[in-house]
Amino acid sequence: MRMPEPDAAVLARRGDIIEQLRAIVPGEGVIVDEDELRAYECDGLTAYRQLPMVVVLPETTEQISRVLRYCHETGVKIVPRGAGTSLSGGALPVADAITLGLGKFKRILEIDYENRSAVVQPGVTNLAITEAVEHQGFYYAPDPSSQIACTIGGNVAENSGGVHSLKYGLTTNNVLGVEVVLMTGEVLRLGGKHLDSGGYDLLGVITGSEGLLGVITEVTVRILQKPETARAFLIGFPSNESAGDCVAAIIAAGIIPAGVEMMDKPAIHAVEDFVHAGYPRDVEALLIVELDGPEAEVADLIARVQAIAEETGAVTIRISQSEDERLVFWAGRKAAFPAVGRISPDYYCMDGTIPRRALATVLKRMAAMSSHYSLRVANVFHAGDGNLHPLVLYDANEPGELERAEAFGADILKLCVEVGGVLTGEHGVGVEKRDLMGVMFTEDDLKHQQRLKCAFDPDGLLNPGKVYPTLHRCAELGRLHVSGGQTRFPDLPRF
Amino acid sequence: MTETLRPETPEQLREAVAWATSADTPLEVAAAGTKRVFGRPCQTSHRLDLSGLAGVTDYEPAELVMGVGAATPLAEIEAALAANNQQLAFEPPDFGPLLGAAAGAGTIGGAIACNLAGPRRVKAGAARDHIIGFHAVSGRGEDFKSGGRVVKNVTGFDLSKLMAGSFGTLAVMADVNLKVMPAPERTRTVLVYGAEDGAAVKALAQALGSAFDVSGAAHLPAEVAAGSGVDYVAGAGRPVTAVRIEGTGASVEYRCQAIRENLAEFGDTEELHSSNSVTLWSEVAGAAYFTAEAETQVWRVSATPGAGPRLAAEVRAETGGRAYYDWGGGLVWLALPPRPDAAHEVVRGALAAAGGGHATLLRAAESVRAAFPVFEPQGEALKALSARIKDAFDPKRVLNPGRMYAGV
Repeated sequence: MRMPEPDAAVLARRGDIIEQLRAIVPGEGVIVDEDELRAYECDGLTAYRQLPMVVVLPETTEQISRVLRYCHETGVKIVPRGAGTSLSGGALPVADAITLGLGKFKRILEIDYENRSAVVQPGVTNLAITEAVEHQGFYYAPDPSSQIACTIGGNVAENSGGVHSLKYGLTTNNVLGVEVVLMTGEVLRLGGKHLDSGGYDLLGVITGSEGLLGVITEVTVRILQKPETARAFLIGFPSNESAGDCVAAIIAAGIIPAGVEMMDKPAIHAVEDFVHAGYPRDVEALLIVELDGPEAEVADLIARVQAIAEETGAVTIRISQSEDERLVFWAGRKAAFPAVGRISPDYYCMDGTIPRRALATVLKRMAAMSSHYSLRVANVFHAGDGNLHPLVLYDANEPGELERAEAFGADILKLCVEVGGVLTGEHGVGVEKRDLMGVMFTEDDLKHQQRLKCAFDPDGLLNPGKVYPTLHRCAELGRLHVSGGQTRFPDLPRF
Repeated sequence: MTETLRPETPEQLREAVAWATSADTPLEVAAAGTKRVFGRPCQTSHRLDLSGLAGVTDYEPAELVMGVGAATPLAEIEAALAANNQQLAFEPPDFGPLLGAAAGAGTIGGAIACNLAGPRRVKAGAARDHIIGFHAVSGRGEDFKSGGRVVKNVTGFDLSKLMAGSFGTLAVMADVNLKVMPAPERTRTVLVYGAEDGAAVKALAQALGSAFDVSGAAHLPAEVAAGSGVDYVAGAGRPVTAVRIEGTGASVEYRCQAIRENLAEFGDTEELHSSNSVTLWSEVAGAAYFTAEAETQVWRVSATPGAGPRLAAEVRAETGGRAYYDWGGGLVWLALPPRPDAAHEVVRGALAAAGGGHATLLRAAESVRAAFPVFEPQGEALKALSARIKDAFDPKRVLNPGRMYAGV
């Protein structure tokens, strides 16, 4: 993975940069010692590491504004960072860049039950929002599996999903407003407690922009009342096809479950050995289907889902009889990654999304790739919305295995695109999938995306080296190419 | 004399825009033209008529995805979905009659370009939340796409959001992929009679803050309710507060009962069944109550829900006119007696005092829309950023120039 060549002139200014940052953020907020910088050298994509030039931990929006303006005026790159849980290297440091940590923005600023919203600082964890409102029966719906650690600022930057996104949406559908600092140091407030925006939907554009457009300093989220009840099914199938058919039939019947998760046989066995959740070992595929809502509705839907499961060839069907049992069903799924970690020294987690109908085909071809690369793969899958998480098992200590795992992963993602899907469903492009963007997008597609970047950050200083494989200069992107002088009047119907 | 270009294929669309760019000729972008008077008037000599780019091309009910030409009529989309018990969950409202155009003629491209949403906005989101990918031609005369045909997708910037609500000022969509959802098996509406605006919005907050999955929350003061086509509403002679419940049969019955008990403290309650329910929410969505009095100026104001009643009271104390509320109080509809300045300072002053949001002058004479801001005015930084985005996508200002803001 090539990162932009460090600028020797900037590295030579390090002492001065540190001094300037200390003038803006006094006290302990500027980190320069190598031992301390080590804590910031990678995020959740641990295969890539780089020491930042310096880390700054501001405490106020004003300080962030001054830091960005300083970087803008003096041509210094900057990498924003939340909890550092990105699985795509979104917060990977850059050798000649400042890493801007938002760890001190930890306050919940306002909870407004009447308007069903909460205003929080970006360093508040996803789960802490729910914890702050659950005594009133409320919760914040998106629930990425890293929700204990990951922060809402990072969730906005990555447009995080979770197991309930099929019914309750992604981050972008649950955020009402943000305060964002532009590279110039200007502070914008987009949205608020009201719905939708006047003007261009910059809130929508910032969400999922992977820290390339601005630094988020405050977030207003929508909170919901928890459903009265939730129950989960464990449904085992003799083939991946029949499990896929069951999911399609549930949705075709007009049922949107709160969550539909699927595991293939290697994942089921890894999990069962680890957590003993009572998963059947003799099935090829296992579904967890969760239904939530009022008792009357859930009871009705349970009967319908059971009938669909039987029709589509389920060989085992269990329904949770208590809240404890429901949590046990989920405990297995939630432990899937560590469970796989037990059976392999290392694993590489992929994140493509495919149309659900392509599921069986993709799993079959993935099995063929697995033999080709001589690497095992276990699959956990947000089956409701087609989001795959193949875990490629490898041993980093075996020469060449990491490279093979990465090549295998890239092949899986290319396959996702080939069947009509996309490179990443929720983990982001970051550095990990950057060089695959051309598989999904044409040069003109990418140029239009990068022109948006130019409108926010014309010098490319914010989170450089991420998302886009080649960053054209904004002056070049801005030029209008009109071929052969005046284009002739088009030959098409006129009135 | 306006000349019209009517491309029949995406390639012809690209040629048309490329010509306009090279000839420095601004285009008015339209399909059915039902919302031509929504926004600032544009000075254009040519119209780009997209109605040739229509049709449902790729509908997969089990994938909850539908691909359509950008100018496909909403009626055609809704019919195809209904045949599979599905729907557009954002409930695109029909502003045709309100804006002096035909009813039922709008297209999906128009709904997306204006980022419309009906009463179900509170539960399901707006047009922005249901466009998952598109192909378009930017003002540079170049094809590009963003997104795809799956809902869960974070690959690259989410330009679908940028298209939604951009009023055709950045790029012209050729086709779009939509997220579609199952239609509810049953719909009912709980009515509460006699609550004044403030109490009514509190009742709506209570309903929306409950676990009963409310999909519509509106309040009609007595003089607005009188104009409804639903007897239970028009004949009430009192203010009517409405809460919509959708879902499976047993669930809807249970939740309606629970909501009625929950809201009994606010007034007598009643229940509307299917067809009355459909009529009421379609009136609420399209501001049907303001259609007949064509001379009034209509504002659509998105605000903090709890602040809606105060905002409306403040405006009406100054201007008179009528108001009603959707989105639990967060969408205030105002029909005001015509003034040369559309009372824009009064409306926006009251909005600012109520904690901010955005006020849109949806219906007013062309001269008024030319002279005063139709959309919420922007601060300097936001204005400059919007102009840079316009530069990025439409440097020659050929697509609907000035439709949203002067210079953009």
